[in-house]
Amino acid sequence: MELILFYIAATVALFSTVFALTRSNAAHALIYLIVSLLAVAVIFFLLGAPFAAALEVIVYAGAIMVLFVFVIMMLNLGEEGQELERQQMHPAVWITPAILSAILLVEMVLLLAKFDTPQTGALITAKQVGLSLYGPYVLAVEIASMLLLAGLVGAYHVGRRFRSTEIDEDSVAGSSPENTGVID
Amino acid sequence: MLQNIWLIPLFPFVSSVLLILTAGQLPRRLIAIMGAGSVGLSALVVLAVGMQFMESQTPYTLTLWVWMQIGNFAPGFSFYVDQLTVVMMSVITGVGFLIHLYSTEFMDDDSDYSRYFAYMNMFVAAMLILVLADNLLLLYLGWEGVGVCSYLLVGFWYKDPVNGAASRKAFVITRVGDTAMALGLFLLFTELGTLQIQPMLDAANSRWVTGDTIPAIAALLLLGGAVGKSAQLPLHTWLPDAMAGPTPVSALIHAATMVTAGVYLIARTHGLFLLAPDVLMLVALVGLFTLLLAAFTALNQTDIKRILAYSTISQIGYMFLALGVGAWSAGIFHLMTHAFFKALLFLGAGAVVHCLHHEQNIFKMGGLRTKLPVVFWSFLIGSAALAALPFTSGFFSKDQILLSAFELHGSTGISTWVGPWLWAGGLVGAIVTAIYSFRLVFIVFYGEAKTEPDRQPGWRMAGPLSLLCVLSLIGGYFVLPLESVFPAAAEHHVSHLIEGISISIPLIGVFIAWLVYYKRSLPVEGFTESGFGKALRNFWYSGWAMDKLYDTLLVNPYTGTANAMRGEWLDKIYHGVVSLCQGLHALLSKSQGGKMRWYATSMVFGLIVLVTLVGWAS
Amino acid sequence: MEGLIIPLNHVLILASLLFATGLAGLMFRRNVIFILMSLEVMLNSAGLAFVAAGTAWAQADGQVMFMLILAVAAAEVSVGLGLVLQVHKRFKTLDMDQAHKLNG
Repeated sequence: MELILFYIAATVALFSTVFALTRSNAAHALIYLIVSLLAVAVIFFLLGAPFAAALEVIVYAGAIMVLFVFVIMMLNLGEEGQELERQQMHPAVWITPAILSAILLVEMVLLLAKFDTPQTGALITAKQVGLSLYGPYVLAVEIASMLLLAGLVGAYHVGRRFRSTEIDEDSVAGSSPENTGVID
Repeated sequence: MLQNIWLIPLFPFVSSVLLILTAGQLPRRLIAIMGAGSVGLSALVVLAVGMQFMESQTPYTLTLWVWMQIGNFAPGFSFYVDQLTVVMMSVITGVGFLIHLYSTEFMDDDSDYSRYFAYMNMFVAAMLILVLADNLLLLYLGWEGVGVCSYLLVGFWYKDPVNGAASRKAFVITRVGDTAMALGLFLLFTELGTLQIQPMLDAANSRWVTGDTIPAIAALLLLGGAVGKSAQLPLHTWLPDAMAGPTPVSALIHAATMVTAGVYLIARTHGLFLLAPDVLMLVALVGLFTLLLAAFTALNQTDIKRILAYSTISQIGYMFLALGVGAWSAGIFHLMTHAFFKALLFLGAGAVVHCLHHEQNIFKMGGLRTKLPVVFWSFLIGSAALAALPFTSGFFSKDQILLSAFELHGSTGISTWVGPWLWAGGLVGAIVTAIYSFRLVFIVFYGEAKTEPDRQPGWRMAGPLSLLCVLSLIGGYFVLPLESVFPAAAEHHVSHLIEGISISIPLIGVFIAWLVYYKRSLPVEGFTESGFGKALRNFWYSGWAMDKLYDTLLVNPYTGTANAMRGEWLDKIYHGVVSLCQGLHALLSKSQGGKMRWYATSMVFGLIVLVTLVGWAS
Repeated sequence: MEGLIIPLNHVLILASLLFATGLAGLMFRRNVIFILMSLEVMLNSAGLAFVAAGTAWAQADGQVMFMLILAVAAAEVSVGLGLVLQVHKRFKTLDMDQAHKLNG
């Protein structure tokens, strides 16, 4: 039963990923991507990793994709944006990446087919994951938190708006203190 | 007095050095006194030496110092005086002094007065070293010295590139001969171990017999040097162009002294040449062909100095002819008389050019008989001597040569059947000589005046001219005491017919010239203006196209190659390496285009390669 | 439970497929938003592989790794989107091919 569900979820994930990367409308693409992530969450459930599934839904689909949606709405690309995207997607552009990815895929599959797989499997509960995290992997947790702090500071700084609207292309992006403005 | 012979080259040398060091700052009178006076002093010393030598009559060697010492080779800076040396020194200093005196007036308009006399004195010093030299190395020093001074003097008015080209041509062509001579010196030293002339000739005679190959080769190489310096076939093309220098230079260098250096060399080393009869035959033939070629060319020239230049080439051909048939004294005698009358002719031509404000085309002159009487008489006497009219000095010397050629009796080992042919060739040359010399006289001095002279020659020009006139007339009666130097020549026993022909040929030539150029009664225009005539005239005018021949064979390939080399094609190989690197750089730069998608694609390429490798490995 | 219900190889093949798709998208899309999305797809596929492996080996390590991947993805996306905003302000376009001045 789980196997059939797995194959269905896998198909959904695959197709929605493909659609996500081939749309001309960014918002549509994002929705497809969210669907893909949710399908992968289903697969996690089927694999006996509920914690991972929950994280996938909450963090990945729920926060990261939402960030994307915010940015797209802010950028307000509109119809012209969609038109531009459509123009850039003719066969000459995607044939080479497709071939290269196909070659890589074939190689990876061939490599994977060589190895024996263990036959044991178990449900890993959230408790087990938590014990593992604050046990052997506590350093990784600390580092991850520092990474997130760095990401926070970086995102704040990079995403700032500056007072001067005329930015000279060749000058450094407003690094002098006089140039910095308050956030709008 | 003989121990003071070192003074002879010293006076002009010191004068030259002083003139160079003071670089034209001295007043003109002083320069003239130094320049002409130094040669005059040398002439006086030569006179004293000559008188002393006539009493003792034994060759005298004076060693000043040992020049260098390398193993067994220790040539000295030493002078050797015998009768031949005295004759040569007298000619050089005597005629040289007259020419220097003449130059003090001729070069009066020139701003480079001091430089001129510096070069002239250096030339006289080098020439004296050449004739005084005891060994061939010192002779070579003098040889090269006169070559350098000739270059400097021919290119005296260096601001005009034509003069520079002429002096370079002279130097390069004589260099070819000089190289041959140097090779000859190397060969002689290797074989005989010494370069001192008298010991070398003794060693050669004891070591080799007549007809051996090595002396023939050595003699041939020395002949090469002589041919170059004396402007004989095939190295004669530089002399007509060397007329670009001032006229007294042409008189001194290209009539009286430098071009006779080759004759002197062969005469001095006659012992070696006697061991190689084939080379002597070659000497005679070179002389014959040169004198004919030059005579016909002189017949067609229009520049007064070029006529005299070709005439010089022709007369030196007579000297070579004399040496080839074994008439050594006759050759040297002709050298002396030629110095007199050729210097006279050149100085006269210089006077004409000087007084006609530098007009040199004879067809633009005329009627100067009454306008420049001194010059007219000089030219008349000089041309008479050149044409060997009876009782002039040229007559005696040329007659001796032709008779020796006719009754060739094998004293030099060359075949006797050649004799009459050489004599006949000499006669043809004589008649053409007479024709062209009197052609010159009639065109320049008779007829109507096309250019008026604007001044008369002063005493400094007229004096030497007159003295040379006298010498040209009485010089034939000098008896040169050369019997002890050269092997004795047999007495002449020729029939009166041959004598008569020899005497009358020049007179016939003068008569022909008189008919054509004075009376204009001989209709030669029909021939000269015809197609064949014009072609022949142009051929003879260009010196039998030898300049063109050398241009095509030697000069053009060389300059063509030099120009091709200017493209620096060897550097292009290195530039090619540079271009290759730059090309690769450009190519690789394109791979860093700044486009992120391309970077991602190239990363995927690499990833595929890595995964493949890992897959192969495992 | 005993044994794997879902064969590990199949999951890994699915992960490879998703990874290849993301890679293709990275290579041929010009819009920077889509490039970031492709990156997310690739990270997600890697996480899927980790989780599947963790289940197969019956260890929690797979999910721990997945969580760390998630942290990285979050940090990267936030900074990346900030950069997207700057790019849009400066170049007035989201086409990444226009940002090619840093070339050699």
